[in-house]
Formats: sequence, structure tokens, C-alpha cells
Amino acid sequence: MTMIFGIPVAALAAQVLLGLVNGSFYALLSLGLAVIFGMLNIINFSHGALYMMGAMLAWIGSEYFGLGYWPMMILAPLLVGIFGMLFERLLLRHLYGLDHLYGLLLTFGATLLIEGIFRSFYGVSGQPYPMPQLLRGSADLGFMVLPIYRAWVVAVSLVVCLATWFFIERTSLGAKLRAGTENAPLTKAFGINVPRMITLTYGFGAALAALAGVLAAPVLQVQPLMGSHLIIVVFAVVVIGGMGSIAGSIATGLLLGVVEGLTKVFYPQASSTVVFVVMALVLLVRPSGLFGREQ
Amino acid sequence: MKAKAFLLGILASGLVGGAQAQKLSDNAVRIGFITDMSGVYADLDGAGGATAIQMAIDDFKAKNPGWTIELFTADHQNKADIASAKAREWFDQKNIDLLVGGTNSATSLAMKTVAAEKKKPFISIGAGTSALTNEECTPYTVHYAYDTYALATATGGAAVRAGYKTWFFLTADYAFGKALESDTTAVVLASGGKVLGDVKVPLNASDFSSFMLQAQASGAQILGLANAGGDTINSIKAANEFGVTKTMKLAGLLMTIIDINSLGLPLTQGMYLTEAWNWNQSDDARAWAQRWAQRTSEKAKKPSYLHAADYSAVTQYLLAVKAAGTDEGDAVMAQLKKTRINDMFAKNGYIRVDGRMVHDMLLEQVKTPQESKEPWDYVKVVEVVPGDKAFRPLSDSKCPLVKR
Repeated sequence: MTMIFGIPVAALAAQVLLGLVNGSFYALLSLGLAVIFGMLNIINFSHGALYMMGAMLAWIGSEYFGLGYWPMMILAPLLVGIFGMLFERLLLRHLYGLDHLYGLLLTFGATLLIEGIFRSFYGVSGQPYPMPQLLRGSADLGFMVLPIYRAWVVAVSLVVCLATWFFIERTSLGAKLRAGTENAPLTKAFGINVPRMITLTYGFGAALAALAGVLAAPVLQVQPLMGSHLIIVVFAVVVIGGMGSIAGSIATGLLLGVVEGLTKVFYPQASSTVVFVVMALVLLVRPSGLFGREQ
Repeated sequence: MKAKAFLLGILASGLVGGAQAQKLSDNAVRIGFITDMSGVYADLDGAGGATAIQMAIDDFKAKNPGWTIELFTADHQNKADIASAKAREWFDQKNIDLLVGGTNSATSLAMKTVAAEKKKPFISIGAGTSALTNEECTPYTVHYAYDTYALATATGGAAVRAGYKTWFFLTADYAFGKALESDTTAVVLASGGKVLGDVKVPLNASDFSSFMLQAQASGAQILGLANAGGDTINSIKAANEFGVTKTMKLAGLLMTIIDINSLGLPLTQGMYLTEAWNWNQSDDARAWAQRWAQRTSEKAKKPSYLHAADYSAVTQYLLAVKAAGTDEGDAVMAQLKKTRINDMFAKNGYIRVDGRMVHDMLLEQVKTPQESKEPWDYVKVVEVVPGDKAFRPLSDSKCPLVKR
């Protein structure tokens, strides 16, 4: 059996594939943050809480209303998107002229509030969420067995990421959005309703976070603190990819998945910190990120 | 007038009652309870533990009217510095007589030092580390409900005897996880088993898929989960997803019915776990669990063994204060170490010289959904491990209090 650094080739290939699978989940999770961070320049610390709301709503829908995984995949992002839009319109909007730190403080405070409310109702141990019937089982690929659900996550992530990238970079609506965030007064002069676009964009970013939450519900612990574990990693991904770049955060998500996957094989103790090591190195060499534009 | 005042005075002192016969500091017993009220372990102990302690106080006062007993509670947020600062503040400013420690080993290790300095009893309920009665023991520490040594002995030993001889460990990469892995490894090897490998995972890792592949590749018969809380839950979800449960048995080295409730029976059925107490184990346990649920906000819940231990420990403390006639630290500790504990939590329990409360542990297996007859009926008892076999023998102890 051929070995690379003491690991059989088949096992290594399996870990790389798994890394890509997990990377696509990171890409989806970072997408919403990249859209808000990159487009609106808002440090949206509540991204993790919105992700958690998506997962908890999926559970609530199933527990109290008998709505399974499939309807909640549409409904949860929709509801969280609306919540995001209300949040932006009522609270966040007032901070645009001020230092970025105010936005961070507000969204951080909102996170604590949202997590606290869910925790007071549901505790922290989590809720059981069964795998949807259609996606159970696994496929034997020869060198590894891949659960069908993971393949599904990859499919959804790639479709949503590519669609979002295409929308923002290649359509006229996306172009107007980019113009609105780069130069609001000039764009407004063209008759484009910039404030409304910003609200919709924030809502869209929130909906993306919630979609990632629904996807995570069958495979991760569904509990009020689930977002706080991931939020820092997600920020790191967006920073490494480059702040203005949607494609950058998608590519970085995938890259990070593979890097983390390989670390888990060779030195698993470092697998939680390797993303920050990469971030430090990237920022030293290219401060605007791998794909970022110089500001 | 003088005679009337004098007679009234005698009448009044007679009414004050039995408490005057005790020499209590400030004429009151003050108990402080510091635990994780909001973090990952909040459901295992937390506010439910405070409820259990209040029940113990109320039940004692019902039989002993005239006593003044106060309870203070605080959230240490899983931070050792907050725990020790709060403990110190309470000892100095509120004159507490007993400190009760909830979940998280690091906080218990910090609090026991403060209690020993103040010469007041410290009862650790929720912490796992067996070091509390080993190299870190003090004359004022009591480790009440369980420890990592007992969990390892019961679960590890039983699994090997059941035929699961080759092990692979998934270990949380910090002191508690490593201690649990090394204690279990020692038991496995001593019982004639083998450890084929391990992987150390950072605390709070969300995704265990990669580690599941490694576990499968090892070819071991059983996967030992040397972690707790959210890590255990995520490991079990991943194990089911990747089909690991089809070829390997899972052993949750620190698991409670709260975790099983979060996962559901389909994912956990057949797993081995060790608990100090189960609400279904006897009529008094069931009756107490019912009373506890009535006092919490969720009537349908059932208590974990930490909640039951909170109640039992404080009850035994109050009985010891009554028997000793004082709440002075050394006298109460001496009384506690003389007591035989027989209540709804433990039968034939006793507190050793090193502070270890020795009692029988329950080796359990998770039921299948068909076997479960009512909500929270999740486990069946496979074996009762006698206390003297479960906990570290005094002959192996590094505690300086143990005479050689």
C-alpha cells in the first residue's frame, strides 16, 4: 500500500475529499458575511446568531408545526431574512455615518440578546434533529464511504455560492448594488434607491446564514450557542479571502476546508488554530487578502 | 413591672427553639453555590442544581424549625478566576459556612484552594477530575458525585468484559479529556484489552467527520468518546452519519440522560455509559425526581445525577452540622467523615479520609426506542459497580492525608 508521510494514499484522498466537502460548507457560511462585510462594510458580528436562528427555526418548525426539513429550507431563511431587514432598518441604519466599531458593538450586543433569549427558552444542551429520510445512507466511492447528506451539502453550497457570485458580479442589479456601496451619493443621483438596496442586501446575507443553519441542523448540535463557535473562523475566512471579494471567500472556504482536513490527519490538535495561522501569514504577505482589492 | 418583663423574657427565649442549642456562627448556616449557569454545562447542573439545594434546605427546615439557613448562588461562566473571586468574596463578606462547587474541573480546583485557606468545607459535585481527592486533596474538600477514575473503571472495564477488547479514543485535547483517556486506557489494558490508537481533538470542534474516518480506519471494536457536552453530542451525530455505529460500538465516557435527550434514542441506542444515579432507579429516586420537576419551570423534565447529588450533599452537610452541634469547619468535616450515607442518592455511601464520597456507580446501556416506556426512560442498568471497586483505592492515592 503506497504511503505519503505514513498515511495510506486512499486514506489521504478520503480526507482531502472530506476537506472539500466541509470547505463548501464554510464557503456557504462565509458567503453571507462576505456579502454584508464586503458590500456594506458592516462588521456583522450577529452572523453566527442568524445561523443559529436558521437551525433553531428548522427545529421549531418540525417540533411545533410538523414542518419537515424541505419546507423549512425555504421558510427559515425567509423568516431570518425578514428579521435581518427589520434589524437593519430600525437599528443598524443609524450607525452608517459613524466609526465601524459602533456597528460591531451593536451586532455583538444583538448576538448576546438573541442567544440569551433562545437559551432561556431551550437551555444549552441542544435539540434532536433527525436526518431527512431522502438524504440518509451513504455512497461507496471505493476509497471511502461518503454520506449522501454531505454530498447534498456540497451541491447546495456550490449552487448557492455560484448563483450569488453571478448575481453580484455579472448582473446589472448586482452592479447597481456594488455602485451603491462604493459611492452612494453618486448612485443616488442616478435615481437608484440605495437605502432600500442596502436593507435587501442585509436581509439576503442574513438569509444565507440561516440557510447554512438549516443545512447544519441534521449533522451538528442544534443549540443556542452553536453560532458562537463558528463565527470567528468565518471572519477569518472572509479576511483571508479579501474583504471586497465574493469569489475570494468562496475559494478560501474550500481552501480552508482542505487545509483543516489535512491538519486533522497529521496534527489534529492544531486543527482549530490552523485557520488563524494561515490568516496571519496571508495578512503579512498580502494585507488586502488573497483576492481582495487594494482600498 | 420588672417581674412581668422577666417572665416575658423567659417566654421569648423559650420560643426561639432548638437552634439555640447549636453554636452556629451568626446563628445561621450560610451556603454558597457556584456553578455554570449559562454555558455548555448549564443543563447538567446550573439553575436546576440551585433548585435541588433549596429543596434540601426546605426539607431540613421542615423537620428543624427555628434554623436560619441561607443560600447564595452565582454563575462562574466556566472561568476559574471568577469562581475563586466569588468564593473569596462570600467567605470574607457573607461568612458562608459551606461552598458547593458545580460543573467544570478547573473552577473546582480553584475553589477548593480558597475553602482550604478559610478552613471551611467545600463539596464539589459537578467537577470530574479525580485529582481533587488525589494530589490536589485538602482536609476540607469532599468530592461527592463521581470522578473520571470511576467513569473509566466502570465503562471501560465493563466494555472489555462484554467482548469489546480493541479501543480507539476520540479525546478532547485538554486536561479533562486526557485524564479520562489515560484512566480508561489503564483499565482497558489491565482487563486484557488493547488501545489501537487515539486522536486529540480541540475543545468545541464542531465537525468530527475527519476523525470518524480515522476511527474507522483503525479497525477497533469500540470508539471511546473521551469528551463531554457538545463535543460528545457532535461526535455521536457524526458517528451515525458516517456509519461508524454499524461497525463499532460507542462508549460515552462522560454522558448523562440530558445528552441522550438532546440526541434522541435512535442515535444513542446500545451505547454504554456510567452514571452516579438515575431517576428511575428506585421508588425514592422517582418520588424525588417528581418533586424536583414540580419546582422547576419545565414540569416534564427529569433531573440529572448532579441535581440529585446537590440535594443529597447539602442534606448530609446540614445533618452533620446538627450532629456536631456547630458549623465550625473542622468539626463538621470530622462528622462528615464519620457518617454512613443512606438516602435516595446513595446507599452505604461514606466519605473517605481523602474526601472521596464512595458509593455504588451504575453501568448503564441506552435503550432502543421500543424498549423505552415513557418520556426520559432512556437507560437500563447493566451492572451496579460497588463503590470500593469503582473509585481509586487508597493504596494508589497520592493524597498526603492518606496515612501509609
